[in-house]
Amino acid sequence: MNIFEQVWSWLTDPDNWTRSINGPGIPYHVLKHLQYTGVAILIAALIAVPLGIYIGHTGRGSFLVVGIANSFRAIPELGLLILLVLAMGIALAVEAVTIALVSLAIPPLLAGTYAGIRNVDRDVVDAARGMGMREWDVVWRVELPIALPLILGGLRAATLQVIATASIAAFVSLDGLGRFVIDGRAFGADGGYAMMAGGAVLIAALAIAVELVLAGVQRLAVSPGLQTRRMRRRVARVWAQPKLITAEESS
Amino acid sequence: MKRVLAGVATAVVAALTMTACGGSSDPLSNNPPAQGGATSGPVAKPDKIIIGSANFPESALLAEIYAGALQKKGITIEKKLNIGNRETYYPGLSDGSIDLVPEYTGVLLQHINKSATETSPDEVYEALKKALPANLTVLDKSSAEDKDAIVVTKETADRLNLKSIEDLKPHASQMIFGGPPELPRRADGFPGFKKNYDIEFKEFKALDAGGPLTVNALKTNVVQAADIFTTDPAITVNNFVVLEDPKSNFAAQNVVPLINASKASDEVKQVLNQISAKLTTEKLIELNGKLSAPDKPDAAKVAADWLASAGIS
Amino acid sequence: MRWVLDHAGELLDTTWEHLGLALIPVLVGLLISVPLGWAAHRWRAARAILVPASSLLYTIPSLALFVLMPLLLGTRILDPLNVQAALTIYTVALLVRSVADALDAVPGETIAAATAVGYGAVRRFFAVELPLSLPVLIAGVRVAAVSNISLVSVGAIIGVGGLGFYLTHGSQLSPPNYAEIVAGLVLIVVLALVVDALLVVLGRWLTPWTRARGRVVTA
Repeated sequence: MNIFEQVWSWLTDPDNWTRSINGPGIPYHVLKHLQYTGVAILIAALIAVPLGIYIGHTGRGSFLVVGIANSFRAIPELGLLILLVLAMGIALAVEAVTIALVSLAIPPLLAGTYAGIRNVDRDVVDAARGMGMREWDVVWRVELPIALPLILGGLRAATLQVIATASIAAFVSLDGLGRFVIDGRAFGADGGYAMMAGGAVLIAALAIAVELVLAGVQRLAVSPGLQTRRMRRRVARVWAQPKLITAEESS
Repeated sequence: MKRVLAGVATAVVAALTMTACGGSSDPLSNNPPAQGGATSGPVAKPDKIIIGSANFPESALLAEIYAGALQKKGITIEKKLNIGNRETYYPGLSDGSIDLVPEYTGVLLQHINKSATETSPDEVYEALKKALPANLTVLDKSSAEDKDAIVVTKETADRLNLKSIEDLKPHASQMIFGGPPELPRRADGFPGFKKNYDIEFKEFKALDAGGPLTVNALKTNVVQAADIFTTDPAITVNNFVVLEDPKSNFAAQNVVPLINASKASDEVKQVLNQISAKLTTEKLIELNGKLSAPDKPDAAKVAADWLASAGIS
Repeated sequence: MRWVLDHAGELLDTTWEHLGLALIPVLVGLLISVPLGWAAHRWRAARAILVPASSLLYTIPSLALFVLMPLLLGTRILDPLNVQAALTIYTVALLVRSVADALDAVPGETIAAATAVGYGAVRRFFAVELPLSLPVLIAGVRVAAVSNISLVSVGAIIGVGGLGFYLTHGSQLSPPNYAEIVAGLVLIVVLALVVDALLVVLGRWLTPWTRARGRVVTA
């Protein structure tokens, strides 16, 4: 049996889908994986979105965005996790994993929010102010809805990365789909590699599934006026640039 | 442009299909072709020996000891330390990546022959010599041993009156056990606990193989019993209790050099056997303790110091 | 701290090694991604396949891909090629989309003008579209480079990890060698930031026209 056949038979083995002597089944680990991801994304969003709105709306501290996004992206998550767990103790493994995953999720969320707010048409913002809206209303009722595609784009990018990386939790005795990757590697050639590859396939499949759900959420949440082909092309062009050159910054 | 693109697309598709067909030659196979001439006639002194080690401090230390001693004999040494686990480095002995690696008799035997049942030092050693393929050989075994062991904290041992693994029987079902990820499936892991002692633990936590995570988990009661290696200085430092293994669930694990037969010249054998003779379990614990000292000296230094004090020439 | 000073030379050597492991895949990945990205830009059908496929590739956990590489490639276990091949896959996964978006970002009017002036398709691509897509492309390359530098460290688990070695090696003793772990972490982050900054400088040098003032998004 070559490796592909072995993986297929591992994935279709009913023993692996129910709680058996091999431990909790695949569904349990999928849920745990989603739990680690969800908590990390939530916390990262609570930090990054308000920060991105503030910096994007006021234009102050934009160097922070680039600085944070770049340096956090440079941190190797596995290394950070090892350091945190050693320092904090294995009893706090979940907290350590969360910190590591949050550091991974903040850059895309921050960049997306900042880009979204920053690229709202200045004329629209002026018009809103001209209509008598207070600053808070301008943000909440005008800038945010228009920025939503880019913010959600950041959310999708962050979620994708976190789902791929949440496998590191298994390194420090936790659960999640990474369990199959780590255990499979430990078991070695005797059925282990099939488990490892199977785990990798499941992580990828989970990422696709979540991505489809979020794409659906985006379709529902974003105002129809922003979903024309022209607006989508415009959004795509902005999203492709992590550092935005505006008239003020480009000197 | 279209043609370039078609070419690229074909190449990509071809590469992807080739990976699908690539499964037949398994570079990780445990059955390398035998290299003839290993047992016929003396082996010439090798110009160079590549020494590998597994990915944990004691293995690197032993490799450094071998390296230091062989270098004194005038043999060029290339070190490839901290390669990974046995699955990763064992095939390297047959494809030329490495020539020599420090091993432990019991686990090595298990790796080659999964159904091996020997547990005493001599039995394991003899079975190992028989099980090795023709191109690999082990030299003399040392009395120094580093075995897996079930370890508990002193508080746990006092509270539950634990001296040997047998004493765990009434308590194991309420205890969480910590160890390396493969332990639940390894023959001397959970299956062995059940078979030899009729023990089943409540839960398993996959940690590092006897490393700081495991020590920390045991200390902070995240696990109540753990698999820690007998030469780990953390056992004495933290006052852990090693439970006795009367039924020999864990086979003998004598330190032994595993070497490609084509490199096992007389000089090499003499040096490595001398090391094996001088090494003891207590010494190994002491050397590991030196590695863990606050200033974290290099394994090479600790090895060199010991070689000098042991008078290995 | 003493440990860091004692091992300064070794740390430096490993940093070079780490750089090679991370950046060669960026180059190779870029070469592969440009034609693929162009295909995605040119044909809707290609985009519909390539972009999701590359997102998919990116979600494969690096540890799994590193360990499985010898099986897939037939290489020896300790071969750095395992890590580099895996990182090339991740780079392509990142850059295909980047190239496609970069080419999309070239204003239609400019392409039309180039055609009107008499550029043939191939010459137009290399002389007009590719240069104009450079800002976005460089941005993608920056992300790929930083990401690779971070991912190489995971290879330490299969023995080819560059600076990642210090992360795993330092965490094996009880008590751990915190100086070693932190040194490894800090060097990786610093290396990534330095490479990122160099790429920014390279990007600016290659695209003198972007230093003019202007807004980023036009209709």
